[in-house]
Amino acid sequence: MNDQRDNPVLAVNGASKSFGAVRALNGLSFALAAGECVGLVGHNGAGKSTLVGIMNGGTRPDSGTIHLGGNDETGRYSVAVARKYGLRCVFQELSLCPNLTVTENARIAHASISGFGWRRRAERVVRSKLDEIFPGHGIDCDQAVGTLSIAQRQMVEIAMAFSESDGPARIVILDEPTSSLDANIARQMLDHIRKFVGGGGSVVLISHILSEILTTTDRIVVMKDGGLVAEGPSSRFTMETLVGAMGSVVRARDAAAPPRDRTGTTPALTRRGTDGAPEFRAYAGEIVGLAGLGGHGQTETLVELYRGFGGDWLAPADVKAAFVAGDRHVDGNLPMWSILRNISITLLTDLTRAGIVRDGDERAVAQSWRERIGIRTDSLDNPILSLSGGNQQKVLFSRALATRAPVVLMDDPMRGVDIGTKQEVYAMLRAEADRGRTFVWYSTEIDEICQCDRVYVFREGRIVVELTGADIREDRVLAASFSTEAA
Amino acid sequence: MSVVRALYAKPWIWSFVAAIGVWLVTIAFTGGSSAGGLAQAALTFAAFSIIVGIGQMFVITLGPGNVDLSIPATMTLAGTVALKIMDTNDSLILVGILVALAIGLAIGVINYGLIKLLRIPPIIATLSSSFIIQSAAISYNRGIRIKPPAALAEFTTATTLGIPNLAYFALLVSAVAWVALEKGIYGRWVSAVGQNMRAARMAGVPVDGVRAGTYLVCAVLASLAGLLLSCFSGGAALNMGAEYLLTSIAVVVIGGTAVAGGFANIPGIWGASLFLFLVVSMLNTYGASAGIRLLLTGVIIIAVIIAASRSPRA
Repeated sequence: MNDQRDNPVLAVNGASKSFGAVRALNGLSFALAAGECVGLVGHNGAGKSTLVGIMNGGTRPDSGTIHLGGNDETGRYSVAVARKYGLRCVFQELSLCPNLTVTENARIAHASISGFGWRRRAERVVRSKLDEIFPGHGIDCDQAVGTLSIAQRQMVEIAMAFSESDGPARIVILDEPTSSLDANIARQMLDHIRKFVGGGGSVVLISHILSEILTTTDRIVVMKDGGLVAEGPSSRFTMETLVGAMGSVVRARDAAAPPRDRTGTTPALTRRGTDGAPEFRAYAGEIVGLAGLGGHGQTETLVELYRGFGGDWLAPADVKAAFVAGDRHVDGNLPMWSILRNISITLLTDLTRAGIVRDGDERAVAQSWRERIGIRTDSLDNPILSLSGGNQQKVLFSRALATRAPVVLMDDPMRGVDIGTKQEVYAMLRAEADRGRTFVWYSTEIDEICQCDRVYVFREGRIVVELTGADIREDRVLAASFSTEAA
Repeated sequence: MSVVRALYAKPWIWSFVAAIGVWLVTIAFTGGSSAGGLAQAALTFAAFSIIVGIGQMFVITLGPGNVDLSIPATMTLAGTVALKIMDTNDSLILVGILVALAIGLAIGVINYGLIKLLRIPPIIATLSSSFIIQSAAISYNRGIRIKPPAALAEFTTATTLGIPNLAYFALLVSAVAWVALEKGIYGRWVSAVGQNMRAARMAGVPVDGVRAGTYLVCAVLASLAGLLLSCFSGGAALNMGAEYLLTSIAVVVIGGTAVAGGFANIPGIWGASLFLFLVVSMLNTYGASAGIRLLLTGVIIIAVIIAASRSPRA
């Protein structure tokens, strides 16, 4: 093993990467040997995706070196260089063209299949690999990808990553490849990984199903806050030590308020759990956290809760719920407007008499929130896009908090917000909750989840655990976010 | 100077500059003798473009893909049916107006119904509904030209204090629309939907209500314009709305409303409507043939749009 480690096929040394003020990777070193399968685990924001981006050439590190196949590629490393060497990636977000057939997608992925008869050759390449990895897959390669099920698409994507065209696949990076596969098919894929590694290939496996990581990989690398916190042969880890390594020192809750007795009170919000999942409840005056790995159904749940209040056709006289967007550009900003108009839009029904907006009142409300939440601008008439990301986020907070809405839904709203602002907003949320408002807060940060009164951890689109009071601890959230059941 | 700069920054200024320019060039040719008459004619004919243009403006402001192509058919159907029901009888004028309004409402409901329930893109939905509406007009009318009631014909062709009655009516519609757009919650909502429909929904804007209402307003304005046009021209004709397909969109674009939605303005519709009429009369005065006239109209429209898009937006 050791001589292999000294001679890695892919080595990233001292890589750092910042996105604005956020430091995603902090001088991380990572090496992958031939014939080795490495498991990469870590919670949201640990830097896994950034590391994958650097390895496949899509992201350029701010500093650090990259060696591929023993050659120093620092500075000229790119997706094309990586691909030429035989490095392939399978991402969680499926990257196939839905309007093309499986064969046609294979042609796009493998530029070397060209000229007359490409269709036949492309089909042979992808079908032989599908048959090899997933015997009895039942996928017709002349079918448009859009008509396949999610699991079938994922299978095609995996088969394409392992298939040969101009050269064999030498390194395959799999980012949550089994998230849409059932246990049986996932097993087939994991078996194939072992076969591929046995033949001298290298694999990086990212998965929230820890049993897959423990049984399939040779070595596990645990990341946290853009750095490496634990590393070792997979046999040295257990579920518990792995979860423990991902968290920091288990802290007691800052304000360990005992869970209030809620018997007899009606929740402000409820949502029935499907297939035995815990019921979602939020009481007046509570901050309820939605936790778990990113993209496991938290945002969808918030949007469903919000739309459950109606308002598609008529604006209600009393706003029942307000929404704070996390993805500002998609869900939040009205980009052609001033800061003033962006603050007032949700509150507008309260500021209107006989259909006419009362300008003076509108400005007064916006002005008071500008001071309360500290929006840094010389005039509220400046365009919203003239603000920094954090200040835009403050505008979106003001938009929701300025209303009388008893329920505020927040979709990971602290992205790109500096620490000082975060502290101010936390205090404001608590004060508003004490006045009887209900907050439902999806956050990818454990620190924020730990400030909640009640926490629901999501995995694969549903709630898996409800935590209250002293149970809201990092290790409990982590353990629930990652599937620790035996496969 | 600051006044000039403030004016320069207005998105609608170019359509007025162009309209006045064309008017000056035309009266220069005739030696000034027709200045008053030309202005009067321009106001009269522009009134129709203004009324349908305002409806189209609200629809286009709803964002990419939103446009109402059923305006010509709506004008034809409303004019035809209303005139036939009034049957040149002055005592039935109110009934005729109500019928025209009801037709507009029904078409607006159908248009948004197609868009929402069948998930058809607005451009296709309104185009296909316009075929149905036009066919309804043809089967109802059977090619017979019905005269308008005398009082309505008189009203639409007369002037008050030297200004055509139709221009007053267009001014009234514009004033109401301006208040709704610039001062009302409706204008905010339309603009929010046009900028980012998903963000508007998550900010509490009743997106479906706003969109449906806008298609309704557009169809009602088109049916009113159709009724007025058929009274003004002495009877409803099956092709009377045809030219307003392009005109309704052109006046919105030339007037400085954002084609991609989110930003609208009403003064520009006036400038653009006057300009479009004056270009045609200028070319007529110069004795240009029909081919040259169309060619130059196209070139001039493109020139004004380029000038308007270069000006810094407020």
